[in-house]
Amino acid sequence: MHPMVHIEGLRFRYRTSDFALHVPELALARGTSAAFTGPSGSGKTTLLNLIAGIRTPDRGRITVDGVNVEGLSDPARREFRIGRLGLVFQEFELIEYLSVLDNILLPYRIGPALRLDSSVRKRAVELAGTVGIDDKLNRYVGRLSHGEKQRVALCRALLTRPGLLLADEPTGSLDPANKMRVLDLLFECAREAGATLVMVTHDHDLLDRFERIVDFRQFHETAASADAVTARTGAGR
Amino acid sequence: MKHVLYMAWRYLAYHRIKSLILVGAIALIVFIPAALRVLVRQGETQLTARAQATPLLLGARDSPLELALNSLYFSADVPETIEFGRAQDIAASGLAGAIPLYVRFRSQNDPIVGTTVDYFAYRGLRVAAGRQMATLGECVVGATVASARGLEPGGQVISSPESVFDLAGAYPLRMRITGVLSPSHGPDDHAIFVDVKTAWIIEGLAHGHEDLRQPQAAGRVLRREGSNIVGNASVREYQEITPENIDSFHFHGDVATFPITAVIALPTDQKSTALLLGRYQSDEALQLLQPSEVVDELLATVFSVQNVIVAALIVVGTTTLALVALVFLLSLRLRRGEIETMMKIGGSRPRIASILGLEMAGVLGIGLLVSAGLTWCTSQIGPNAIQYFLRQ
Repeated sequence: MHPMVHIEGLRFRYRTSDFALHVPELALARGTSAAFTGPSGSGKTTLLNLIAGIRTPDRGRITVDGVNVEGLSDPARREFRIGRLGLVFQEFELIEYLSVLDNILLPYRIGPALRLDSSVRKRAVELAGTVGIDDKLNRYVGRLSHGEKQRVALCRALLTRPGLLLADEPTGSLDPANKMRVLDLLFECAREAGATLVMVTHDHDLLDRFERIVDFRQFHETAASADAVTARTGAGR
Repeated sequence: MKHVLYMAWRYLAYHRIKSLILVGAIALIVFIPAALRVLVRQGETQLTARAQATPLLLGARDSPLELALNSLYFSADVPETIEFGRAQDIAASGLAGAIPLYVRFRSQNDPIVGTTVDYFAYRGLRVAAGRQMATLGECVVGATVASARGLEPGGQVISSPESVFDLAGAYPLRMRITGVLSPSHGPDDHAIFVDVKTAWIIEGLAHGHEDLRQPQAAGRVLRREGSNIVGNASVREYQEITPENIDSFHFHGDVATFPITAVIALPTDQKSTALLLGRYQSDEALQLLQPSEVVDELLATVFSVQNVIVAALIVVGTTTLALVALVFLLSLRLRRGEIETMMKIGGSRPRIASILGLEMAGVLGIGLLVSAGLTWCTSQIGPNAIQYFLRQ
C-alpha cells in the first residue's frame, strides 16, 4: 500500500528571498501522526502548502494518497484539496460574516464539486457536538473565544472526511490549557476519521505525542547552496 | 449559484450599514436625475396639453405667465383684473366665443373659479353626481376636491376670507353643492366652480339683506330719501343664498364694469385668431396671448435649468460612483485574508470571484431597483405634485 504522503527530490525556492527548501525524500504512512518542527523560516509551512497543492514545487514529485499533486491543473488541485484534505490554520481563518455552522459548511459553499445536502448538515452539527460548540451554531464567529474558534476551524477541516489533516501551528496562539484540549481534539478526530495528521509546531512539549517527528533543519538550505545543487545537476529552474 | 447568492447575501447582511449606505448612494445618484427628467416630462405634457387646449387668453397687460398660470391652473397669484365688459366685447365681435374667468377666491386651499356653464362644455367636464349649477350661490366641485374633503351634492362649501385682518374685505359665503364633476386628471379636479355672479357676491359687489320696506324692518332704517331707503348698521347681510332670500340679492353698479381675471377667447377660425391678436396688439391696458407660446417660453427656461442641474448631477454622480468603487476596492484589500483562506481551503477561483462580484452587483442592483421604485413612485405622484405647485 502506498504511503499517504510521498515526496521525492523536492526543491522549492521563493522568488523574492534567498530561502530554499530541499526534501530528498519523505514518506508518511497512512493513519500516522507527524510533527514538522524546526526553527522559524525553516520551511515547515512551505512544505505543508506544497503538500496541500497551495504552492507548486520548482522540481520534484509530491504524491498524496496516490495522486501526483503537482501534476494536476490548478482547478483540479483545488478540487483535490477541498475534497480530500483538511486544513487547520494558526489564526483559525474563519469568515467573520458567517455563523459557526456556515463556517463549518464553507468547503461545500465554495467547492463546486461538493454537494451540500442534509446529510452534510447533519454531520456538521454532529462534529460541532463532538467539540462542544453545538449550542453556538448560529452565532457569528467574532463572538467566540480563541478555543471555540479553533474548534470551528477543526470542524471545517474534518467535514469532508479528509484522509490527510494538515494543521499549521493550530495551538500557537492558545494558552496551555486550551493548547492541550485542541491537540486532544485533533488526535481524537484524526483517529476517528482514520486520517493522517501532519502538524507544524514549534512547541517541543507536544512532540512526544506524535509518532513521527520531522526536523526541518535537514531540509533548509540557502539560495546559494540550492543554486550549486542546480548547477551540479545541470537542470534549469 | 445558490451558494454564491447565499455567501454574497450573508456578507451584505452582516455589513448592513455599509451596504445600506452604498445602496442609498447609488439609488440617489440614479434617482435624482431620473425623477427630475420624469417630472419635467410630465410637467411639459401637462402644461402643453392644457395650453394647447386654450387658444387665446385676454387679460390685463401684466405678467403673461401669471395670467396664463392663473387662468389655466388656477394658481394663487392673482393677475390684475379687467372688466367683465371685455368678455362681452369679444363675444359681440363675432370673431370668438368668450368665457369669463374670475379666479381670485379660495375655499380652504381650493380655488373658486367664477365662470359660466360654457366653461364645462368647452373643457369637456361632465357632472358625475348631482346636477349643474343653476342659480346664485350654487357650485359644482372637482373630483379631487370632493373626494379629499368628502363633499357631495347637497353639501356646502364656504369661501375663505382673503385676510382675517381686513374687516372691509370679502366675507365668507356659504355655497350649496349641486354636483360633483367626473375626474378630468387636470386642474379642474382641484377647483370649485361657481357662476361668475356668485364670485362677485363673495367679493361683496352684490349682496342680499332683509327688505327694509317691510314694517318689521323699521328699526333698521337710518333715513328715507324719496324711494331710496338707507339702512343703519344693524341691517344684517345674508351669508348664504337660499330660495327664500335669493330675490333680495342685487348688484350695485354696472355689471360690465365688474372684475374678472381673464377671458378665454375661442376664435371661430385662423383668420379670427389673427384679427383678434391684431386688435389687442397695441392695447395698453389689455393683452391677448396664446398660452402655448407662454408655456413654451416657460418650458425653455425649465429645460435649460434642468440641463444645468443634470450636468451638475452627472459630476456628483461620477464622483459618487468613483467613491463607491473605491470603497469596494478598499474592502477587497481588507478582505484579502478571507479571500486567501477560501483559496487555501480549495475554493474555486470562479466561485470566489462570483461571490465577490455578486456582492458588488447586489449593491448596484438593489440601488438601481430602489431608484427605479422611487422613480416609479415619483411618476405616480408627479402629476398631482405638479398641479399642486402650479396652484401655489
